[in-house]
Amino acid sequence: MIRKVRTHVNQNEPLVFELSSPGKTGYQLPDLDVPAVDAAGALGAENVRQEIADFPEVSEVEAIRHFTRLSTWNYAIDLGMYPLGSCTMKYNPRVNELVARTEGLAWAHPYQPQQLSQGAMEVMARLEAALLEITGMEAVTLQPAAGAHGELTGILLVRALLESRGGARKRILIPDSAHGTNPATAAIAGYQIENIQSNERGMLDVENLARTVSEDVAALMITNPNTLGVFEPNIGRIAEILHARGAQLYMDGANMNALAGITRPGDNGVDVMHLNLHKTFSTPHGGGGPGGGPVAVKAHLEPFLPVPRLKRAEGQWRFDYARPRTIGRVKAFYGNFGVLLRALAYILAHGGDGLRNATMDAVLNANYIRKALEPYYDLPHDEPVMHECVFSDSRQQKRGVRTGDIAKRLIDYGFHPYTVSFPLIVHGALMIEPTETESKRELDLFIDAMISIAKEVEDDPRTVLNAPHNTRTSRVDEVAAARKPVLRWKARR
Amino acid sequence: MLASLGIRSLEDLFAQLPEDVRLGRPLALEKGKSEYEIVEYFRARGAENAAGYPSFLGAGVYYHYRPVLVDTVISRGEFLTSYTPYQAEISQGTLATIFEFQTMMCQLTGMDVANASMYDGSTAVPEAAMMAARITGRRRLVVARTVHPEYRQVLATYARSQGLTVDEFGYDAETGAADLDGLTAKLDGATAAVILQSPNFFGVVEDVKSAAGTAHASGALLIDVFSEAVALGILRPPVEADIVAGELQSFAISPSYGGPYAGVIAAKEKYVRQLPGRLVGETVDTRGNRAFCLTLSTREQHIRREKATSNICTNQALIALMATVFMTVYGKQGLRELAEQNLAKAHYLAAKLPLRFSGPFFNEFVAAAESAETVNQALLEKKIVGGLPIECWYPELPNAVLVCATEMSRREDMDTLAEVFAQASELSKVGAR
Repeated sequence: MIRKVRTHVNQNEPLVFELSSPGKTGYQLPDLDVPAVDAAGALGAENVRQEIADFPEVSEVEAIRHFTRLSTWNYAIDLGMYPLGSCTMKYNPRVNELVARTEGLAWAHPYQPQQLSQGAMEVMARLEAALLEITGMEAVTLQPAAGAHGELTGILLVRALLESRGGARKRILIPDSAHGTNPATAAIAGYQIENIQSNERGMLDVENLARTVSEDVAALMITNPNTLGVFEPNIGRIAEILHARGAQLYMDGANMNALAGITRPGDNGVDVMHLNLHKTFSTPHGGGGPGGGPVAVKAHLEPFLPVPRLKRAEGQWRFDYARPRTIGRVKAFYGNFGVLLRALAYILAHGGDGLRNATMDAVLNANYIRKALEPYYDLPHDEPVMHECVFSDSRQQKRGVRTGDIAKRLIDYGFHPYTVSFPLIVHGALMIEPTETESKRELDLFIDAMISIAKEVEDDPRTVLNAPHNTRTSRVDEVAAARKPVLRWKARR
Repeated sequence: MLASLGIRSLEDLFAQLPEDVRLGRPLALEKGKSEYEIVEYFRARGAENAAGYPSFLGAGVYYHYRPVLVDTVISRGEFLTSYTPYQAEISQGTLATIFEFQTMMCQLTGMDVANASMYDGSTAVPEAAMMAARITGRRRLVVARTVHPEYRQVLATYARSQGLTVDEFGYDAETGAADLDGLTAKLDGATAAVILQSPNFFGVVEDVKSAAGTAHASGALLIDVFSEAVALGILRPPVEADIVAGELQSFAISPSYGGPYAGVIAAKEKYVRQLPGRLVGETVDTRGNRAFCLTLSTREQHIRREKATSNICTNQALIALMATVFMTVYGKQGLRELAEQNLAKAHYLAAKLPLRFSGPFFNEFVAAAESAETVNQALLEKKIVGGLPIECWYPELPNAVLVCATEMSRREDMDTLAEVFAQASELSKVGAR
């Protein structure tokens, strides 16, 4: 039985180009207070364009209805739970949106004089200090724009360190449970990738690692807790093995929300890590960005951090560019300041105890779901989990139903799907991360939905196989989209 | 909930963590604050910045008015708090707006395809450069010194890790345009791409057509970069380029002390499979209704892992939506009028200042001050932020100031700026005597 939702009417809407009528406008500009300039005269006739063919021409009310109608076709955190494993879709406090629009901050130009930027620099400095306390690391750059960008920065730091010690080395070790960004990042940074298999408990095999790490290994990229939600208890030993061979331990901090206030990567031998501010620290996902990907390091990597670095001198914040060993810039300016600001607002709201409570609630919620669903779905690894849990579809497969089908059926029950078919080490994975911001009531509705679907798989698998049934758009033909890509609207002439 | 798990306290959830990895003390952070205290904290920080100062800064970040509709739309929870649209059935809103964004980017740039956006302009440039290297199988890039200096720094960082060579070519000291005659000598059979920015960092409009001809003659691609998107409202689109990489901050994205912004890469159709970043395509659902979905994802990291075209897994969806709403509100007529106002304001101001270069410019230009520091200090005393001294990147241009005027620049402030320039010049002449 579907308890959480029922259908309601929603509006059709064409693309904005199909709404347009010649001459319609929705903008206002003040009268020009200086003489107009002839474009051809000022720029050269050859440099001036004709009209922008087929560009939108709509009124203000048409514009707002257009976007509002489109918005109603989306699911969102504001509508309900996103049990997306590894993605940490938690509630986004609205005060963060308000403070990000504070005039002196939102309207601050990155090149305005530093003496008139002290407030913005103070925000960055305070966030740096908080992230160091939370991670146990020794220096942090806020410049990277998102998690994958942070990964790249981190690996470039490792590369620069090793070059300064005689050679960049060739290989980066990546567990088979890792996010796809890890191998892609290592490749962009110019390294060969060596996948290492997890053991039957879903963890890194320490003895195997000890045999694999040689003098041409630059680093191991580890995710902790790993993508099964399992904490690597041997993290200290793993660091020792790497350090003994002159290699570095990189930690993907995507799952920091399972650790904050409980344990600190910096205390456990991690040399370099990135954080996803849009996950742990609650910047809204916005349909896929923007994010923030600060990289925290131990002191031996600090000289290589991107320029500029914040520095306190004579009672003022300054940007220090005189850093001869830096890897350079990874982005113009100083980072996604608007995201940094939201992360600081989140940390200020929680304080140390609040962050720890959030971690504990996230772990509680994940374990609560795991326990409730264990009778209905196969649990391939029964290690204790932290903030997420991973089932497999092996029981449902016997009825011809796969994880992707169950996920689509979940939509009919009013939920966003969990993460499908990831991590790769679990065949037919259902990866579930509730986060701490879901109430018991929402969790129970989710559990009911999952149990109900498990029963449908037994009694009426076709209902699940053809889902979703109640959405305005049914399953889309992704094969056709890729075979003959239509990537833009064109006028029919 | 604890009882259902057979445990007595939340601490028991962490029993599997060895004692020696645990923190064992509270985090040394202040106690959590109320909403009111947080608002007050940031208000106080904002007041420490140059709030309310008229500013003539540009250099890749521009002050343009943000229509109210932009924040109205992006504040809707369905856009603000939705995830990446992998689940097409419940993400059609985001997918449709990205499809519109891709279309508008093509209309503005004259390219055939555009991606769903990237981090920003500075990272779009190296991504475009790596794309050109994949397409041509060549490993060398030749970049104009008139490309934004920080974009070139980011390119250098990426190129080093990829083993790509970067060479630069200069500019004409008279016009401020890239030295296309000097470019020819820099090209060889190993050159993957020529990278040019128009309008360039000095504000000067470049001859994209000639640059493309020169690049193509040696089998290289032309990557055209833009950092002031409003210029596309009036400038001829760079149709001769193979790849266009740009920054969209001008389209209703707050300066926000350097980010978040949104970049974009657009290209000729034949290069679509080498485009980095997400792409949205049109298709149908099982009922035959129009639908959109992420497509060509076999280029991307979550499928291809180490063989992906880029390690990036996000676009800047919400920021790209700001730009899409902005382009919709201004529309065909408005974007042109906005560009004309920028052109008029900048030319009004330029007429009162000594210009360093003679090339055609859109809304920013390099002025020659007697002393950049004196001028800017005098302006700060009048609570005006002057232009940007660029000597730190161009040692051969001492006291050159990059000045920008947009539709938001008031005539009285421009007059003040010109007066201060003139006074500083007089003073230094007196001093010289």
